[in-house]
Amino acid sequence: MSTQQVLFDAPGPKARIRHAVYTALTVVAFLCVLAVVYLGFNRTLGEGAPSPLSADAWRINPDGQWAAARWQPFLDPATWTDYVLPGLQNTLTAALTASCLALLFGLVFGIARLSDHAWIRIPAGAVVEFFRGIPLLMLIFFTMALPLAVNQLLPAFGLPPLTPGTFQVSALAAVVTGLTLYNGSVLAEVFRAGINAVPKGQAEAAYSLGMNKSKVMRLILIPQAVSSMMPAIVAQLVILLKDSALGYIVAFPELLRSFSLIGTRYGNVIPAAIICAAIYIAINISLSRLAIWLERRNARSGAQRGAAPPTAALTAPGNPGAPGSPA
Amino acid sequence: MEAFFDNIDRVIDGFSWTVRLTLFSALFSFLLGVLLTAMRVSPVALLRGVSTVYVETVRNSPLTLVLLFCGLGLNSALGLSLSGTVAWDVFWWAVIGLSAYTSCFVSESLRSGINTIPLGQAEAARALGLTFTQSLRLIIIPQALRTVIGPLGSVLIALIKNTTVASVAGLGVQEASRQMKLMFDQGIAPVLPTFVGFAIGFLVLTLPVGYLFGWLSKRMAVAR
Repeated sequence: MSTQQVLFDAPGPKARIRHAVYTALTVVAFLCVLAVVYLGFNRTLGEGAPSPLSADAWRINPDGQWAAARWQPFLDPATWTDYVLPGLQNTLTAALTASCLALLFGLVFGIARLSDHAWIRIPAGAVVEFFRGIPLLMLIFFTMALPLAVNQLLPAFGLPPLTPGTFQVSALAAVVTGLTLYNGSVLAEVFRAGINAVPKGQAEAAYSLGMNKSKVMRLILIPQAVSSMMPAIVAQLVILLKDSALGYIVAFPELLRSFSLIGTRYGNVIPAAIICAAIYIAINISLSRLAIWLERRNARSGAQRGAAPPTAALTAPGNPGAPGSPA
Repeated sequence: MEAFFDNIDRVIDGFSWTVRLTLFSALFSFLLGVLLTAMRVSPVALLRGVSTVYVETVRNSPLTLVLLFCGLGLNSALGLSLSGTVAWDVFWWAVIGLSAYTSCFVSESLRSGINTIPLGQAEAARALGLTFTQSLRLIIIPQALRTVIGPLGSVLIALIKNTTVASVAGLGVQEASRQMKLMFDQGIAPVLPTFVGFAIGFLVLTLPVGYLFGWLSKRMAVAR
């Protein structure tokens, strides 16, 4: 339902005045918020500061966050090559590795949960529910502490403790493991839902053609499930990319950590936060756009595959002989 | 496991912060989410624009960044203090950050709920002469809320798990995951039982919420 046109009529003269008043109020409220933020970061707000009504408060304070000196570091190529790009590279490395592993994990466990054998289905379900139910950060902490855990457990089996340095978990490995297990479990549910959503007749037809279970899964169900679930999969990968910022907490030198280092080095926390957010938002919005585009393309090809009887194709003036229309 | 139970008061303290963070953030993010949704469908173009920009910006930023911004940016740079004690001061900043972030997801769920309501409902409301606020309050929102119970449950579960991010530098709320990390680092309890104990704690919080909302969404489903 497109509520926009239905929830209200085309405004009459009275409503137009009211809307103008609302718009004005919004502008005022918005400007007030902006003013507080501007003055706050300009360090000219609160006690001991000049009155907000005086011009002094609004002049850019050299000690504040808006001073040109605070933004200067971002014009220096060294900032980008020393901090931002390595950070971005680490973020993308972690996110890409974890994406591939999570897709694999999800596919395996999603299919395992649909298995006919209870001894596969139930443990797979338990694993998926466990990793979906606990916070990602705990998984990362636990992976980091794994060498410690192994050392504590070895004596119980009568084994000598590990020599220091033989088994270490890097922050990257911990982040990738956590992201894989958590997002993999979510993707397992996505795949399972997708496979369940394929019309029953598809599998029945495949069985009646003499395919065995693995062929039906591989040739019939998974391709259709993946294409219908593509938007959900991409959305989950956006979440994965965003969650890679949790690496900050375990001192993994990713994008957010780079900007935090810039912030402490040049004392420009706010400019750093703004630019950092802009980079994340740009990456995520382009990924989301990809998801929307895939969804649209999917809906279009689905419509062409499904409905549209031949007569309709003849009478439809727009697309004679559109690809995929039934011949 | 004994060493874990010897420190059970620390575990309970950690989870008490987790639950408090969840309850307050859930309340505020729900209110803010409803407001953002109402703005998103309102007749005033500027309100729609503000809501869209806010949701798209915050939804696409990592939560770690949002909370770091609250902790280092607003708390330290603005020098605003919300409470006398440090523990509660950082707590309220974490609630603000979590609410700001979660409300976007509440708003997106509600908007998708509004989109599932048949066009005729809104048309009938308009035909009866209800104003925008009336049709939203009496017709659209009650039905939308019922269809989005399931998605809202997922948002709440995500929020429970996201409270762990409040342990980020600059805030450092002593919630469960931070207590677990501290217990690892101080070596006062073996790692594996501690992890399992805290994991069970989180499952105790998240699984019933999932079942409750699943049951509610079935029970409250609008018959069409």
